[in-house]
Amino acid sequence: MTRKMQRSNRIWSIVMTVVCVVYMYPIFMVLMNSLKVESAISTGTAFDLPAAETFAGLANYENAIGAQGFLFSLLNSLVITVTSVFAILICCSMFAWYITRVNNKITKVLYLLCAFSMVVPFQMVMFTLSSMADTLHLNTPWTLWVIYLGFGAGLAVFMFCGFMRSVPIDMEEASMIDGCNPLQTYFHIVFPLLRPTMVSVAILEAMWIWNDYLLPTLILDINEYKTIPMLIQMFRGSYGRVEMGPMMACIMLAILPIVAVYLIGQKHIIKGVVAGAVKG
Amino acid sequence: MEKAIKKYWPIFVLPTLAAFIIGFIIPFLQGVYLAFCQFTTVRDATFIGISNFISALRDATFTHAFWYNCAFVVVSTLAINVGGLAVALILTKAIRGTNAFRTVFFMPNLIGGIVLGYIWQILLNCALTLLERPLLQLDPTAGFWGLVILMCWQQIGYMMIIYIAGLQSIPDNLLEAAEIDGATHWQTFFKVKLPMLMPSITICLFLTITNSFKLFDQNMALTGGNPAHQSELLAYNIYYTFYGRSGPQWRGIGQAKAVIFCVIVVAIALIQLRVTRKKEVQQ
Repeated sequence: MTRKMQRSNRIWSIVMTVVCVVYMYPIFMVLMNSLKVESAISTGTAFDLPAAETFAGLANYENAIGAQGFLFSLLNSLVITVTSVFAILICCSMFAWYITRVNNKITKVLYLLCAFSMVVPFQMVMFTLSSMADTLHLNTPWTLWVIYLGFGAGLAVFMFCGFMRSVPIDMEEASMIDGCNPLQTYFHIVFPLLRPTMVSVAILEAMWIWNDYLLPTLILDINEYKTIPMLIQMFRGSYGRVEMGPMMACIMLAILPIVAVYLIGQKHIIKGVVAGAVKG
Repeated sequence: MEKAIKKYWPIFVLPTLAAFIIGFIIPFLQGVYLAFCQFTTVRDATFIGISNFISALRDATFTHAFWYNCAFVVVSTLAINVGGLAVALILTKAIRGTNAFRTVFFMPNLIGGIVLGYIWQILLNCALTLLERPLLQLDPTAGFWGLVILMCWQQIGYMMIIYIAGLQSIPDNLLEAAEIDGATHWQTFFKVKLPMLMPSITICLFLTITNSFKLFDQNMALTGGNPAHQSELLAYNIYYTFYGRSGPQWRGIGQAKAVIFCVIVVAIALIQLRVTRKKEVQQ
């Protein structure tokens, strides 16, 4: 490497460091405001750092966890995301295996319908879907996965099918000749091969379901169950004065688990995003 | 083998198919039908023909939302892709700390739209107050650019990841050949890297276009359509028609708007499919 390139790279490195610091500023700002007392957070003073007289300690966090019911929302979000992702992984991968291995008109139509459902915007079905969920009593965090399985099937089936087309059929045939039934073949042969795709699908679906606001708002009983995005929206949606301090604390608490998961599973997440983009 | 698998369809197909019928097919068909009805719940619908569509197209907020949305799609798509590609180019140089930079740029992507909207509402309103200008919710132009900035912050990292994957798959010998032939940095970029990146560019363009068209959470949280529906995108306009207005006719009109919206989005997706198919043939 020439000396000139080395110098230009060093300059780029410094420039990018500055850009990254600026890039992280919004999150830093929320963190600082979550430590301030209520009266010190207004449209004119949001940039100020907490000073001795405006520092609130962890009071906002205590309020968010105690009075605002953050933990219950976290639990709801967790239940919905985990059950939905689990159901999508198991059911959609089995579905995808069937429609790639059985070739007839019906499976082709099913595949096209799944691809179509990926494109349709949620506003198209939001009203009818929520009344459907009400009729079938699917409106609790424990049953919402049925809706997510139905509405999220498109992407998962699409990605699983893309992968299965590239897997040679020989091993499955061999195991069937050796006397496995299709179920055994699926769980002993196909399932282990699917693991990398499963991770990608799980990440993409979890990112969507965890952050989804409109679907749970329309389907769940708002007074009884709130997910995290619903809780944060409630600060603004409800009438009267907005409690900015607890809201900042809630935003911070909502970001923290995501950042933790991201830093641990960064490699998989980025791989999942690339796989999803190329297939989708 | 196919025959043996076929017998197991109740186990393999039924769970997903049942959920798919409940969660997509029936609501979709009902939705199409209800667009031609007057209704307040799914059960009390009366057929009234295409008058919902006529009212929808006559609704000034809807046409405004459409053009506002188009402008937003153009500006945000350009800004996000230029930004994402620029960052990807810099981060594929041999500079120190690339991994840390990538981590930082991608992070906002994982934060949900509602949370993002409120973070930026507070930040931008504070900046506007210090500049002594009207707040986001009072100025549609500020609301527009605020939404563009927010989307750039969220999406540049995502597009960067795809562009980096594209840049890394360019064979080294091409770049070396260009260097030996005496190509300048700019020539290498426009004549070698950019053509080789075309598949990634198509993917990113369509991802950003569909994302910007379907945008809802960020729009609702950042400005909520204020002032007076001036900063509404299509998705939020439809939502508001359904749940924000009183009067028996609005749900039908909202559903008609949703059908129009759906047709637009599907049309974009079909164009995308054709363009990507063409590219595959050329390779």
